Amino acid sequence: MKDVSIKELKNAATDLRMKVIDMIYKAQSGHPGGSLSAAEFVTACYFKYMNVDPKNPRWADRDRMVLSKGHVCPIQYAALGALGYFPLEVLDTLRKEGSPLQGHPSMIKCPGIDISTGSLGQGLACAAGMALAGKMDKKDYKVFCVVGDGEAQEGEIWEAANTANKYKLDNRIMFVDVNRLQLDGTCEEVMPNGDLGAKFKAFGWDVYYYDGNSMEETVEVLDKCYAPEAQNGNPKALIGATVKGKGVSFMENQVGWHGVAPNDEQYAQAMEELKAQLI
Amino acid sequence: MSELKKIPTRNGFGDEIVEVGKENPEIVVLDIDIGKSCKTGEFKKQLPDQYLNVGIAEQNGAGVAAGLATCGKIPFVVTYAAFGSMRICEMIRQEICYTNLNVKIACSHGGFTPANDGASHQAIEDMGILRTIPNISIMMPADYNQARKLVRAAAETYGPMYLRFTRDAMEQVYGPDVEFEIGKAYQIQDGKDVAIIANGDTVSLAIKAAKALEEKGVSARVLDMHTIKPLDVEAVKACVEEIGKIVTVEDHNIINGLGSGVCEVAAEMGKGKVKRIGIQDQFGESAPYERLLAKNGITVDNIVETALAL
Repeated sequence: MKDVSIKELKNAATDLRMKVIDMIYKAQSGHPGGSLSAAEFVTACYFKYMNVDPKNPRWADRDRMVLSKGHVCPIQYAALGALGYFPLEVLDTLRKEGSPLQGHPSMIKCPGIDISTGSLGQGLACAAGMALAGKMDKKDYKVFCVVGDGEAQEGEIWEAANTANKYKLDNRIMFVDVNRLQLDGTCEEVMPNGDLGAKFKAFGWDVYYYDGNSMEETVEVLDKCYAPEAQNGNPKALIGATVKGKGVSFMENQVGWHGVAPNDEQYAQAMEELKAQLI
Repeated sequence: MSELKKIPTRNGFGDEIVEVGKENPEIVVLDIDIGKSCKTGEFKKQLPDQYLNVGIAEQNGAGVAAGLATCGKIPFVVTYAAFGSMRICEMIRQEICYTNLNVKIACSHGGFTPANDGASHQAIEDMGILRTIPNISIMMPADYNQARKLVRAAAETYGPMYLRFTRDAMEQVYGPDVEFEIGKAYQIQDGKDVAIIANGDTVSLAIKAAKALEEKGVSARVLDMHTIKPLDVEAVKACVEEIGKIVTVEDHNIINGLGSGVCEVAAEMGKGKVKRIGIQDQFGESAPYERLLAKNGITVDNIVETALAL
């Protein structure tokens, strides 16, 4: 764990958001909404908590990050670029032919991607496998996983939730990005999730509700996961209430910004708004 | 061979996985509740630290295996062929093949061999469906001893693999010392008039058919194509060039299985005649194993007749 202030983390999150908008604008393709809502969690993990080595991406003892909702990979690419997994210019190649930054993350093509994702519902089981391997080998690395609230409609998520409970995977920390929107509309309209925290609790997980776009609360809740009393065998579910498109006024809470790139004016406005959020 | 006791090839998996597991602590058996039926009981007993059971949750099982493999484990996901191919098809594609991870899907109940269970449990499409996914190797051993050899080869060779075993007891074809290589056809006998290419539980039928043909003065080359992907293209080409007449035999839908693979090679060569014997694109039912095969023409007599008609 690195000694980083809240202020530094907030600015890092804003910087990653700017990189996300920039990448998607240059690609004229990608998913801004969910990338922006997950920014605080991804930033806090990579810049404060995760024990990783950008020069040795496959280091066996590293902490792992599984982006189960793989379409929000721009936020992870931004973090990997900022940490030096690859030169920052590579971010300009998102979704372009020959790029390591595929439309959905590929562990074969991109350093720092711990498993390929993109088909929803599958990442949590993969994260369970990584956490299990850690337990079997008596290693103390942690496995972080980002799941979307819409994604939690997939049945495999709940199969994986069972597995994490059975095998006492308290080394696994899952962030559920509850931005309440999915591709076809609100989750409430498409398929109501109910109380996701209560569901994970029923599956034997420790559940923490918090404001997923508050860096203070993100750090507070992650600190709790590292506390000695949290090493109790229970996997951790961080149910973060977030705003899809967070940080860019016209993208916030808009279903339409799930998978659309900004035009010239929108790009300029988004970058200006984000720049103003640096403190 | 008929004097030897018949044994299901799933037993060969169950026996050999214990041996390779003892030699390599990275080998993990991941059961999906049907371990007793798939013969992992001894592994569970002898190697409990390398054993997992994720319950009746195949999709999750594939994902957990992929996660384990990223950390250097060599997981064998164990289930029935119908589920290990189709229920988790997209997980195999996305998390195991696209990632090219070292995961083995080891499945009992291939083809009609769970005869009494009926169509739901008879995987007749599995190898064909998986054959279209890049990176995966697909094999079906003919008997107990070959199953052991191929399980060992799978454990010792990097890459995604699908292994298909039989629920029902099969005649023994090979002695314990015969060696096999993944992706290389095994020539059981040479011949000059016709080639019979078979795999899995139909290999013993092919051998009997060759014997019957011999009595009629027809000399048959018999190839055991235990691996249908990567297909041993050179062995097929040699049959086309040297003999020109091929009969394929498989306990699988004739669409996209061994026969299709052989036809693809012959068609691109622009020569040779191929006749496919296999399941006639129809579901099975609860019935004796031999009856199910017979209803689809997978019999010694039909192999002989087809070969003579070429």
